[in-house]
Amino acid sequence: MELVDENKLAKNKKRNQAIAFWIFRILSYAVVAILFVILSFIIIKGFSVISWDFITKMPEEGMTKGGIFPAIIGTLCLVGGSMLFAFPVGVFAAIYMNEYVKAGIIKKIIKQMTNNLAGIPSIVFGLFGMSLFVNKLGFGDSLLAGSLTLGLLALPVVIRITEEALKSVDNTFRQASLGLGASKWETTRRVVLPIAFPNIITGLILSIGRVSGETAPILFTVAAYFLPKLPTSIFDQAMALPYHLYVISTSGTNIEESRPIAYGTALVLIFIVLIANLLANGLRKYFGKKVKMN
Amino acid sequence: MYNIESKNVDFFYGASQALKNINIAIKPNTVTALIGPSGCGKSTYLRLFNRMNDLIDNTKISGQVLIDGEDIYAKGVNVDSLRKKVGMVFQKPNPFPKTIFENVAYGLRVNGITDKKFIEERVETTIKQVVLWDEVKDKLKKSAFELSGGQQQRLCIARALAIQPSVVLMDEPTSALDPISTAKVEELIYELKTKYTIVIVTHNMQQAGRVSDTTAFFYMGELIEHDTTKTIFTNPKIERTQNYITGRFG
Repeated sequence: MELVDENKLAKNKKRNQAIAFWIFRILSYAVVAILFVILSFIIIKGFSVISWDFITKMPEEGMTKGGIFPAIIGTLCLVGGSMLFAFPVGVFAAIYMNEYVKAGIIKKIIKQMTNNLAGIPSIVFGLFGMSLFVNKLGFGDSLLAGSLTLGLLALPVVIRITEEALKSVDNTFRQASLGLGASKWETTRRVVLPIAFPNIITGLILSIGRVSGETAPILFTVAAYFLPKLPTSIFDQAMALPYHLYVISTSGTNIEESRPIAYGTALVLIFIVLIANLLANGLRKYFGKKVKMN
Repeated sequence: MYNIESKNVDFFYGASQALKNINIAIKPNTVTALIGPSGCGKSTYLRLFNRMNDLIDNTKISGQVLIDGEDIYAKGVNVDSLRKKVGMVFQKPNPFPKTIFENVAYGLRVNGITDKKFIEERVETTIKQVVLWDEVKDKLKKSAFELSGGQQQRLCIARALAIQPSVVLMDEPTSALDPISTAKVEELIYELKTKYTIVIVTHNMQQAGRVSDTTAFFYMGELIEHDTTKTIFTNPKIERTQNYITGRFG
């Protein structure tokens, strides 16, 4: 007598596999569908208000009319400022952690701390930024205070991305360079960083996407409720897209009337993130070709 | 006079001992093959000679490793200048993401040489030395990644030779190469012997037989036997060596 019915076994295997794959398929389609629904919702609702005037004019009539120009500029300034702070600090911290610190208690502590930093709610960053940058250091509500706060928020992301990129560089590259009498710094600068660069730059640009959408950290540090002029120095307050969206949806002068502007603002915000992502992709391809691994 | 000597060398990864009381003396201008099953400590031993194991955290060494009579683990030894003297070639070809020319020039540049003419000449003679010149002379400014695996490995050998070391360490240099490229590298090793002392780790018995003058058999962190390659392969004194060579274990 046969121990296993071959036909039945094959049938069962086939059926189980089909069930599993169908579940995966449905779930992954669901993710795409959700994204699609959100995007088309925003596009349908917001597209009608998008015009050249909308992105280049000041808000008017209690923010129910006019454009969102200062909010766009504010957000771009904040993104730029925060990255100016977070990129160098984060990249150098990651280089230090990955290339220099020996395994041990200190490395563990730094690592754990960066992870903890990533877990802090963004509103807490806002509160911290207010008490340190705005009050203690006397920057006031300003682009500087907001940028630094956003930068702090982005820091753990930047560190982790850079670390991953550095880790993916095969160790024999380091050994080959050190083996020729190069110092650790020469090895890092001339061999490791060029190899890791495409991944670092991509990751950094993706983190821009996150920063540009944050509302809580700028709430107490920079964002202006209504400020129909452009910032002229880093100590000026500024409007910002996510906060503007929040304001006209919750506490504007006429919430119903400004609804289309809210969707338009959301669309612009999404568009900025989309551009950042496309840019990241393009740069990765460009530098990837230049470095030509494999 | 020996080029490389190790005296009573013990080596530890954390608490586990990877090398036990290794004593070897290697003459200049010879090829020494280190053989043994995976995990026997032969690569670890190879990496002692240019202090590459320093890069691994929590390691410890005792005993002496002498290169040209100088204890390289003594206090105050300049590791950079030691590594200038001891070149290394790795298992997988790993040219830097630079041009063919810059790969070979790298060692000169990091050692402070800036004379353009000198660098150009040295790069050319070194690439000729590894018999790669005819294949790359028209594309020195192209990325090293455009070369085939075998060409890349010869380029990596050139990279190591450009700073004129006296010792060249090779860690399974042909394990990622096809038979023809392997033959070329082996031929090269044979020729390089006239100028350098070569220590090569290999899993390929035939290769050890073909290229080396002496062979050292490692097992479980111990040096079982070190003798001329001929003796090791035809008339080893220890049975375990015989068993490994003939493929009865390993």
